[in-house]
Amino acid sequence: MADAEKIIEIEVLRYRPEQDKEPVWQTYKVPFTDDMSVLQGVQYIKDYLDGTVSFRWSCRMAICGSCGMMIDGKPKLSCKTFLREYYPGKLRVEALAHLPIERDLIVDAGDFVKKLESIKPYIIPKEPRTLEQGEYRQTPEQREKYEQYSSCINCMLCYAACPQYGLNPKFTGPGVLALLHRYNADSRDGGSAERLELGYADEGFWGCTAVGYCSEVCPKGVDPANAINQNKMNSAINYFTRFVTPGGAGK
Amino acid sequence: MSNRRPYVRSMDGWWKRDVYFIRYMAREVTALFVAAYAVVLLVGVLRLSQGQAAYEAWLQALKSTPSLVFHLILLATFVYHTWSWFNIMPKTMPIMFVGGKRVQPGTITGTGLAAAVVACLAVFFIVRGMHP
Repeated sequence: MADAEKIIEIEVLRYRPEQDKEPVWQTYKVPFTDDMSVLQGVQYIKDYLDGTVSFRWSCRMAICGSCGMMIDGKPKLSCKTFLREYYPGKLRVEALAHLPIERDLIVDAGDFVKKLESIKPYIIPKEPRTLEQGEYRQTPEQREKYEQYSSCINCMLCYAACPQYGLNPKFTGPGVLALLHRYNADSRDGGSAERLELGYADEGFWGCTAVGYCSEVCPKGVDPANAINQNKMNSAINYFTRFVTPGGAGK
Repeated sequence: MSNRRPYVRSMDGWWKRDVYFIRYMAREVTALFVAAYAVVLLVGVLRLSQGQAAYEAWLQALKSTPSLVFHLILLATFVYHTWSWFNIMPKTMPIMFVGGKRVQPGTITGTGLAAAVVACLAVFFIVRGMHP
């Protein structure tokens, strides 16, 4: 059964560094059906209307974290947002806020990736074990302490939601700090002291002012605001006791 | 040679961009009203140190219409202050378990708000008890 064809206007913030001094809006009329995502709308533009529009995408099912963009001003995964929600109005798509625009809807993720590497986002075993010694065991409660933070897909929506990162790009930012906490909160991990040096630094947990929007926009329920803010108490204790505790972490 | 020229957008007026940011700024700005009320109380302490007449005059000034209006505004901002801070409180707490079950954010906010209401009522009745 064919739906009557509906047409929605999509405004795309274009930026072509070789010709645009600054980003400009360009409008496209896109025919769509109710099951089409915003990503499919943008793909329609590229395939049928204007092949020069650039954007990132991969999985189309909210797991790769590539297709994040500002949709009517809100950071969203475009594969998980539907055109029908905006019809009969139009919608605006723009590269993720707070990150430099590389071209059109593509941001420069270099800063994010560098920060991600710096926190060593992998388990540093507390005690090395041989195969014969068996697996690292964990109770359901120990698992629950970090599980939600481990759902991060590095989509950077939380960076586009964080005004503190926009105002000061030195701030490590929500996603990376949530992953820092994810590994530190894991009972099998022994790398917490070196990660906390980054967490307790000025650019770490204290750069957060608990706006909380990062947790609101996270498509995976990671709750970065919670991961960050629960560390402030220990950071404060560490700050005041570092002179009396032998080998106290942090500077 | 690279043709890259990443464009950094301005943050001017960022807090007006999203209603979520406006609510955040409103929460932060209530701290100024809390500070203002602290100043009112400190003036009271200062007037008390200046003797009974000065203190009575301060009490009288508190009963004036502008002062009552000001206190109503303070009360409204305090209510928002209390609500917004307990609302963000679950974000500031480590994951907790009671009886093997994770404590839900709503429970943390609700407990905080209930404690605030109980504290307010307790203060109200204690003060009323001092002025029969």
